[in-house]
Amino acid sequence: MTAAVEALAPRMRDICGAGNVITDPLELRTYECDGLTSHRCVPALVVLPGSAAEVAAVVRACAAAGVPFVARGSGTGLSGGALPRQDGVLIVMSRMRSVIEIDPVSRRAVVEPGVTNLSVSKAAAPFGLFYAPDPSSQVVCSVGGNVAENSGGAHCLKHGFTVHHVTGLEVVTPAGELMWVGDGTGVCAGYDLLGAFIGSEGTLGIATKIVVKLVPLPETVHTLLAAYATTAEGGRAVSDIIAAGVLPAAIEMMDALSIEAAEAAVRCNYPAGAGAVLIVELDGPAAEVEAELATVRSICQAAGATEIRAADDPAERAVIWAGRKSAFAAVGRISPSFIVQDGVVPRTSLGDVLAEIAALSSSAGIRVANVFHAGDGNLHPLVLYDDAVPGEPEAAEALSGAILDACLAHGGSITGEHGVGVDKSRYMPKMFSAEDLDTMQLVRCAFDPATLCNPGKVFPTPRLCGEVPGPSGRRRGVHPAVAAGQAEIF
Amino acid sequence: MSAERTVAPAVRDALAAACPSLSDAGPSDAVCGVAPSFVGSPASTGEASALLRAAAAAGLSVVPRGAGTGMAWGLPPDSCDLVVDMRRMDTVIEHAAGDLVARVQAGARMEQVAAALAEAGQQLALDAPADATVGGVIATGTAGPRRFRYGTPRDLLIGITVVRADGVVAHSGGKVVKNVAGYDLGKLLAGSQGTLGLITEATFRLHPLPPAVSWVTGEFAAAEPAAAAVAAASGSALVPSAVELDWPAGGPLRVGVLLEGTPSGVAERARRVSELLGSAGGSAVAAGESPPARWGRLPSSGTVVRVSFWVSRLAEVLAAVSACGDAAGVRPAVTGSAGAGVLYACADPAAGHDAAALFVAGLRERLVPGPGSPPRGSVTVLAGGVLAAGAVDPLGPVPGLALMRAVKDQFDPGGRMFPGRLFPGGG
Repeated sequence: MTAAVEALAPRMRDICGAGNVITDPLELRTYECDGLTSHRCVPALVVLPGSAAEVAAVVRACAAAGVPFVARGSGTGLSGGALPRQDGVLIVMSRMRSVIEIDPVSRRAVVEPGVTNLSVSKAAAPFGLFYAPDPSSQVVCSVGGNVAENSGGAHCLKHGFTVHHVTGLEVVTPAGELMWVGDGTGVCAGYDLLGAFIGSEGTLGIATKIVVKLVPLPETVHTLLAAYATTAEGGRAVSDIIAAGVLPAAIEMMDALSIEAAEAAVRCNYPAGAGAVLIVELDGPAAEVEAELATVRSICQAAGATEIRAADDPAERAVIWAGRKSAFAAVGRISPSFIVQDGVVPRTSLGDVLAEIAALSSSAGIRVANVFHAGDGNLHPLVLYDDAVPGEPEAAEALSGAILDACLAHGGSITGEHGVGVDKSRYMPKMFSAEDLDTMQLVRCAFDPATLCNPGKVFPTPRLCGEVPGPSGRRRGVHPAVAAGQAEIF
Repeated sequence: MSAERTVAPAVRDALAAACPSLSDAGPSDAVCGVAPSFVGSPASTGEASALLRAAAAAGLSVVPRGAGTGMAWGLPPDSCDLVVDMRRMDTVIEHAAGDLVARVQAGARMEQVAAALAEAGQQLALDAPADATVGGVIATGTAGPRRFRYGTPRDLLIGITVVRADGVVAHSGGKVVKNVAGYDLGKLLAGSQGTLGLITEATFRLHPLPPAVSWVTGEFAAAEPAAAAVAAASGSALVPSAVELDWPAGGPLRVGVLLEGTPSGVAERARRVSELLGSAGGSAVAAGESPPARWGRLPSSGTVVRVSFWVSRLAEVLAAVSACGDAAGVRPAVTGSAGAGVLYACADPAAGHDAAALFVAGLRERLVPGPGSPPRGSVTVLAGGVLAAGAVDPLGPVPGLALMRAVKDQFDPGGRMFPGRLFPGGG
């Protein structure tokens, strides 16, 4: 297999230029993982194509040689969706980073996949528009990666996910054909291939141009911070806000441990001694937001807030958001290692699930800090452990899995926004039946019958696609480097 | 259209064993003129699965049916042995008001779902016919004016249960709004017109019912100022829920903007939208609490052509409809969600098939770019005798047709689910 990839290198240099093909072992190593650093695998070859035509040629060469390939954007994914293959080619999209077109009247932009999420909003800002999906990594994450993962963000509660904001894609199919899916406007003529492609975690092809919706910047934005003694009280405020018919742009919550970490990292100066902090952001026409703000404020008060702060200018809002946005990185201050979990529960089950997580945490003797998108029930428990202590990594992993079991028991999901990737494929059978998974893979078979496009991700067991077997008969659901013990997992 | 088929008695017995309500089809069960042999009305997903398994064993073609409101829209089936009538599966299974989520059976009618949700002050924010079923609305991808704000069924669907052509039951998504586990089969099923499988259950994201609504309308004598008004309203930060255009044949153009929110907020926003329409050159600008005439309505006869476009091309689209309508002599009426880049151009029902086909060909030539160019819209024929007459390809040159056929072949290798509905020549 490695020989097959080696033989591809000269062809890749012809396609992308010698400077854009990496074979040096040390350089290859810089691509060994994405944001999920616990899984590492050095790719056989890295290519950095500079155009859609080059991507298509690279994929055609891989397809002809029967070599698997994995696309990578900025490498910020948290489920190992861009984990390379030791027997494959890693296609890095970061050279394709231009904003090709902005049509302010149509509120559409056409961008290349390597463009960072935030730079789309920056390019749109002069026209009074922005790109709504805002994953926490938006400064560095790529729009192509957002398409693969169907990324959300704190504001997706109101504004929706990537799939609601992409109206057309130019893609390279796993056979290396360059084509458009979607009619460019978001209207479906025939099957919604666009909807199927977005969120398929790079397994159905590689996006080379992306048509995105732009949204008028809200007239008014108000951010409110409310402190509570417990997450249960904060949770009650969340339920009451929803019951009042208010749909905030974002509702976020942090528990005492995550507040402690954020305080240590960025001195966010949240109310001292708070057991939970709730952040509610309202956006929209001034005439509506003022009334909503009054409603939310009184609900927060009635739920037992010990302190309420409000901000209506960008600088003050940034102060409130600073603690929340730093939370993941901040736990590094209070723990040598941690696992970021990404379960989802129905919003009304938040209180019960948090209590279960607390019980699991104390019986395992492992701390869990909770940061979550409370509005849509998306939990990010941060499981804190010390990898130098024998047995702790395994115990943390077990606790992390038990948290997902709790989410599923409440009718939730194993992932709200980070994706399944290589990290969670083993949990898929807990959420879906064999028939469900088999049916999903019919889509895979239609797009990628040879199973060369990011194989080993999402599904625990690949489906054989009828009469078109893969060139290698030994592909398995587990990433082969993991199966062979060649990928480091720690 | 295929000749009448004879189905062996043993097949009837097998179908009836799977679905006890099985009956012989009557004249009213014909699908676009194609008469089925049987109608099965499953009471559960399990029964639907058994019925489709039996149909698969006998190699029967299957047409799913809800209330039948959209059956005449689309190509006629190449064959139709069994109609699966979903109206017995009409339960609102779960309304989790605190989660803004509802799980419903596919045969539930939209008005029935709306009534159940309204008890908690919530709604499924789709403008679809009140008597249509949920499954039918998903399968046809039906959405009205408020698609501008809330999208179409695919955007509100968060979980789906489907019975495949081979009878296998599959789910995707779930009952939480935020969920990226696995492929989203709901996206593929939405708008698939029954050609990929039988939808039996759906879970939706809900929205609160607004305390107040207002429709602001203005009339325009020409296409350019109307297009400017649509651009101004849809690009404003006043967050309209709908930005519609209505242009009856020979009449003035009417722009209508729907606002939803609190009473005071809506009043203030309506005042500002009125200013926008006025400064774009609108006359008779008015705000009211009930929808203007023909709001969200499509004609019930004649050829209906859906044109999608980037909003900056609206004036060009209107000019194309006008010119192609004149050339073909079809006196088109235009209505739809102009702010969302969707219009329906409806040919005069009195116009013949050849004239309608000429109209469609003209629109495609002027508005749909050639292969290889970035797509900027599509021209799709949704309804009309012109489809049954085989005088026009409903989809035209849309990207990804080969992949769509590959998806169809995977889900329905025998080509038995509503064969011929979506793609001429099968599919």
